[in-house]
Amino acid sequence: MKQFTIFRSIATPLDRTNIDTDAIIPKQFLRSIKRSGFGPNLFDAWRYLDHGEVGMDNSKRPLNPDFVLNNPKYSESQILLTRSNFGCGSSREHAPWALEDYGFRAIIAPSFADIFYNNCFKNGLLPITLSTDIVDILFEYQDEIEINLEKQSVKADNKTYHFDVDPERKRRLINGLDDIGLTLQYKDQIHSFEAQHFKKYPWL
Amino acid sequence: MAQTLYDKLMSAHVVCEQDGATLIYIDRQLIHEVTSPQAFEGLVLSSRKPWRNEANLAVPDHNVPTTDRSNGIKGIADPVSRLQVETLNKNCEEFEINEIQMNDIRQGIVHVIGPEQGVTLPGMSIVCGDSHTSTHGALGALAFGIGTSEVEHVLTTGCLWQNKVKNLKIEVNGRLDRHVSAKDIALYIIGQIGTAGGTGFAIEFCGTTIENLSIEGRMTLCNMAIEAGARVGMVAVDDKTIEYVRGRPFAPKDEQWNLAVAYWKTLHTDKGADFDKTVEFNASDIKSQVTWGTSPEMVVEIDGTTPDPEQESDKIKADSIRNALKYIHLRPNTAMSSVPIDKIFIGSCTNSRIEDLREAAAVAKGNKIADNIKLALVVPGSGLIKKQAESEGLDEIFLAAGFEWREPGCSMCLAMNADKLEVGERCASTSNRNFEGRQGQGSFTHLVSPAVAVASAIAGHFSEVR
Repeated sequence: MKQFTIFRSIATPLDRTNIDTDAIIPKQFLRSIKRSGFGPNLFDAWRYLDHGEVGMDNSKRPLNPDFVLNNPKYSESQILLTRSNFGCGSSREHAPWALEDYGFRAIIAPSFADIFYNNCFKNGLLPITLSTDIVDILFEYQDEIEINLEKQSVKADNKTYHFDVDPERKRRLINGLDDIGLTLQYKDQIHSFEAQHFKKYPWL
Repeated sequence: MAQTLYDKLMSAHVVCEQDGATLIYIDRQLIHEVTSPQAFEGLVLSSRKPWRNEANLAVPDHNVPTTDRSNGIKGIADPVSRLQVETLNKNCEEFEINEIQMNDIRQGIVHVIGPEQGVTLPGMSIVCGDSHTSTHGALGALAFGIGTSEVEHVLTTGCLWQNKVKNLKIEVNGRLDRHVSAKDIALYIIGQIGTAGGTGFAIEFCGTTIENLSIEGRMTLCNMAIEAGARVGMVAVDDKTIEYVRGRPFAPKDEQWNLAVAYWKTLHTDKGADFDKTVEFNASDIKSQVTWGTSPEMVVEIDGTTPDPEQESDKIKADSIRNALKYIHLRPNTAMSSVPIDKIFIGSCTNSRIEDLREAAAVAKGNKIADNIKLALVVPGSGLIKKQAESEGLDEIFLAAGFEWREPGCSMCLAMNADKLEVGERCASTSNRNFEGRQGQGSFTHLVSPAVAVASAIAGHFSEVR
């Protein structure tokens, strides 16, 4: 996983509540057995005017001019700004894969669904929870926003907003650490827990 | 100290703690073809092996056809779907993981076959790369959905890092009206607390109404905990739970059974234990429900109407009502009972168990689906449920009423296989999500109970059971 560093970008405003993972990446693309290449189909049903299927040449598909991702102003954006309960519904990790593959590195919203929030950290994507009032201010703001994970801050228009993040998740994101490798350092503890566990619950 | 059921289940699985995160041991991982290929690929790339092969059970369910399966996997028409099912077989063979394959009679929806086989048991920690894993909490287990990175993590380490969540008690007391089911309770609760009402919580459902539900009904309810934002939904173990598990193929036997039962009987919230939040409902307030919009919280009673965004003072809520009505092609203040339907879907991990099929067949018996219904599907949750239903003659009742009787799988709940809605089609569905395009791009989903789905099929529009 890549290390997460300080960066500046304009934010893409997606003004809807309860955006579900079916909307982020529709089910027909879940049939892939790969981890990459989902970016062109991010928000597929909103982004294109035709019906998207696996294997289509997305560059030739008709774009929905009213959808914010198709506004050239946001083409280089690395921050998605949206409303509450983002990422609800299905546990599909294809949702953060698609967001990351598209080029987003952070998502700002008043709240996130639990499974999605968790999945983001496994893929170098930072979900930032800020109050509705601050999110409202950011929706009005047109310039670049600076995100500093180390300082847990979002800077816009010379104002700095603090966000909370679990310290262990932060450490892993900043250092780009592999979760599994870290857990396997606890191998002996897992083995001894397991021995006791099966002794106590022998039917397992 | 008095503990909640969730606290008990968590503490029984703690391996160690580190900076506020808890490493918990996972007793069982269920695997399906959609969220596992990249996890197995991770094992190959890192040359790692499964921690404990027998902790896992795999089954293909999302991509399998519900029509003729006599040609096996080769008969899956769509090559992309076929590859995913083939990949699951290949991975399970290579990593020596027990798999119930497509043409095995035990095959079915992962959340149906786990309890059915006794693979998921009370007190276990259970994960699956699928948000509806909350279903298994109906047996007094700690069960929740995870992403694919975590599927790989559990495969290779047998464990998972978890931050403990808060405890939410949802208590429902009293008698339900006739034809009001666990599905209506679930939709009603989501309508009341919202799709984020349970975010950051583990929900324990309790109260006399919940005690009186069958285990199947409790599964329906826990299944939809995630639709209220909670990864975990649970019901305490009681005699019904133990009787449900008794004699299942993977359930403990003889002396082990007695030991297990003694432990399972402790799996309830202690008297005086603290919940972070408690919500109470009366069963008598719960009527048959139908969703009108594009989120499960957008729900009304069958004789209710769609909302009017002009009457909503909160701008964000008004916008979301407007968006939903626009997508679903309904005007404000429309009586749901006046809305005609094109297709009916009875199935999914929410409502495809034998009890659901019995309830649906009881309403279908001696009736015919209306002329405007283009297709009415009944998709049992597993091959064994299908067989059981056939032995009770339920298939004959459905067929005589004009329904199609299909092979088991996820089917039109999320339409990854060939069962889907066309653009502009409206469906009364017993599934769990009415998101935009869930059952087919540009299609409209309305969530209902099995009894209401059949009553609506007969009427041709949304209808109470008459």
